[in-house]
Amino acid sequence: MSDKDLPSDALHSRRRILLGLSLAPIAAAIPAMHAVQAAEKAGVPAAGKPFAGAWDPKAYTPTFFKDTEWAFVQAACDRLIPSDDTGPGAVESGVPEFLDRHMQTPYAAGDIWYMQGPFLEAPAEFGYQGKLALRDILRVGISAMDAHCKKAFNGKAFAQLEAAQQEDLLTQAEGGKLKLEGISSKLFFTNFLTEVKNGYFADPKYGGNRDMGAWKMIGYPGMRADYMDWITVRDKAYPLGPVDLSGKRG
Amino acid sequence: MANVKPKVDAVIVGMGWTGAILAKELTDAGLNVVALERGADRDTQPDFAYPKAIDELEGSVHRRFLQGLNQETVTIRHTSADTAVPYRQIGSFKPGTGVGGAGTHWSGCHFRPLPEDMNFRSNVEQRFGKKFIADDMTIEDFPISYDDLEPHLDMFERVCGTAGRAGKINGVIQPGGNPFEGSRTRDYPLGPNPEYLGAEMFHKGAKEMGWHSYPIPTSNASGPYTNPYGCQMGPCNACGFCSDYGCINYSKASPNACILPVLRQRGNFELRANSQVLKVNLDSTKKKATGVTYLDAQGREVEQPADLVLLCAFQLYNVHLMLVSGIGTPYDPVSNTGTIGRNYSYQNLNRVVLFYDKDVQANQFIGIGGAGATMDDLNGNQLDNGKLGFVGGGLVWARQPGAGPVRGINVPAGTPNWGSKWKQAVADNFRHSFYFEVQGACMSYRQNYLSLDPTYKDAFGRPLLRMTFDWQQNEIKASQFFVDQALKMGRTLNPLSILGDAKKDGEHYNITKYQSTHTCGGATMGSNPATSALNRYLQSWDVSNVFAIGANAFPQNNGYNPTGLVGGLAYWAATAIREKYLKNPGPMVQA
Repeated sequence: MSDKDLPSDALHSRRRILLGLSLAPIAAAIPAMHAVQAAEKAGVPAAGKPFAGAWDPKAYTPTFFKDTEWAFVQAACDRLIPSDDTGPGAVESGVPEFLDRHMQTPYAAGDIWYMQGPFLEAPAEFGYQGKLALRDILRVGISAMDAHCKKAFNGKAFAQLEAAQQEDLLTQAEGGKLKLEGISSKLFFTNFLTEVKNGYFADPKYGGNRDMGAWKMIGYPGMRADYMDWITVRDKAYPLGPVDLSGKRG
Repeated sequence: MANVKPKVDAVIVGMGWTGAILAKELTDAGLNVVALERGADRDTQPDFAYPKAIDELEGSVHRRFLQGLNQETVTIRHTSADTAVPYRQIGSFKPGTGVGGAGTHWSGCHFRPLPEDMNFRSNVEQRFGKKFIADDMTIEDFPISYDDLEPHLDMFERVCGTAGRAGKINGVIQPGGNPFEGSRTRDYPLGPNPEYLGAEMFHKGAKEMGWHSYPIPTSNASGPYTNPYGCQMGPCNACGFCSDYGCINYSKASPNACILPVLRQRGNFELRANSQVLKVNLDSTKKKATGVTYLDAQGREVEQPADLVLLCAFQLYNVHLMLVSGIGTPYDPVSNTGTIGRNYSYQNLNRVVLFYDKDVQANQFIGIGGAGATMDDLNGNQLDNGKLGFVGGGLVWARQPGAGPVRGINVPAGTPNWGSKWKQAVADNFRHSFYFEVQGACMSYRQNYLSLDPTYKDAFGRPLLRMTFDWQQNEIKASQFFVDQALKMGRTLNPLSILGDAKKDGEHYNITKYQSTHTCGGATMGSNPATSALNRYLQSWDVSNVFAIGANAFPQNNGYNPTGLVGGLAYWAATAIREKYLKNPGPMVQA
């Protein structure tokens, strides 16, 4: 049983009990999330309710991504940040929803970038010099990835491939070794991964990081923004769970 | 047809630190002042209010408080043989915009220069001989001394409520401060902030290395404070949102918190936000400015006549305005003549990351922008450049401005960028790693300069500023030395692993990677009008009622963050305008 299977209230009260009981030095010396796991190992019973913030992809209808793109987004998110014992995966955290919403912001439309031509080829240290805005990089990249997959794997799109094949393709794209039609695989991959991480770690109000799962995983207190009493503490882990921008406690 | 406004005594372009300082000083002197700011008006309330202002996606991805590059940016190339391409997305440096400018989103590191930074060229020549300086290295002395500046550096610290510990007061060394600093007339207005683990470790490592560590002087208030203008600051609560963010607590010094509350109440001061200055207007002699032309919030062209024109925009844009307005002669690297665009320099920033086990509570999410620990044992006259074979000093410091996960989580070398292993690494290291930064001086060179781009234009039809810059062997060598020293110190602290990013031989300037917003030079102050754009009062040699106040005046960059010196220079220039220029308008130094 991992953290994500616990309702947040139970997790919270457990955390308080733990700290109160002072399972320290062991529990207090490690981040709260690990303290819960330590407690589980120590035989503290866990509540059996499903993860309160678990995201149901069917409950969200994408308005930016088309159906075929949506399938790619979910498959790629699941490979890039998979669900495992360390913490929630990108899909259950709502990262696909984040991506769909984030692609419709002025940011993704390139509104804060200089987008005037001419668009010249330049070495990598001069950064992206193309004319596609972020949302177009993702859209063109997904389409090119799927086209590549269909050619190489008997008509199967990326989402229909085995996990290991998907991982291999993403690894090739990361290194720029995958030749895609019309776009650099590396450019697409880099932008996609950055957006996935943004969605995973940004405030839940943007659609990802459901129930602050990513923050709990790393022990980030979120938007508490007041640590005057903890700057010089050296002998214990910061004890409080995260708070998000709406004031909700994780 | 431009709408012509009634003439004012002074028009200020840009409402960051230097604009606010000049506006305060000149309205004090009774002048009518209009300030034109290209960005929006901003104040602590409501723009930096908790919790909205500390949204990481907006602050560090959408870059809410930084300049949008859609309207104006620069183009960049490595050498004059290359074709420059636009700086399309924020990477290497982060200019601000809006009222407060970069003074809103800085961290608060507030250093003074060393005395030897001010007579830089002659000091190097004296110590190592004229031949030690390569022919293409165009470093100069500042035309003023540390002693000239001391009262003005002091004033800026008072206004900012700078927290620190003096190292030398009236020539007497003080315990716990920087023993190598220039003599101060008094201590900082506030004592140092509390120390993070990383700073505590820095002191320990520095001791091992035989270095004299001291708290970084920082304009993040360590206690309640009222500045000489009556503006109140509250103690920093270590919220962890400094760089890229406006301060939610009235703790980080900014023009918004420390000067504008007074200015906004003055009848002889008018702030016009959303006003994009297009050019400085000159009369037929080209020796006198008549005012500026700008676009108002509705995009209408407006002419603002003024007796004095004060360029207080970010360094790059001050130079740009001088070039597009025809003030002075553009620099030509081939003949090595002309002054506008000459001596562009940057900063040499590198990083060392230390990773620890889970019993080490580094808590990088806690942050006090500028606070931490540093040392000057490898800076200024402490460093034996003759032996090392490069010009310029540097610092290693432990600083913790606050790290949230959207801003990136450091992981040990060899960690993949995604997948389960990456997840495990970010979970393991987020609270148990910290970094030291290695910040070095950056020399100016004949081949590194600013000019107008022949191809790319801004949203107003003006040519973009073109930056020709690359790392030179001197800075690469310096980077390798300083990072090596930081790694040596880091290893005395027994981390599980350590990362260092010294520049490699032949490495080119990479505009995609954030390094430092400390871009400098391009319209420098000097004692010779053939090699400098401004005289010792930051007054244009060519157009005597134009002053260009900012890091554009640095003939090269020293090892420190520039803001303390920029503020000091602003008070120095303002004092000269009040006490000399206004009595007898015209050139204050004869060319």
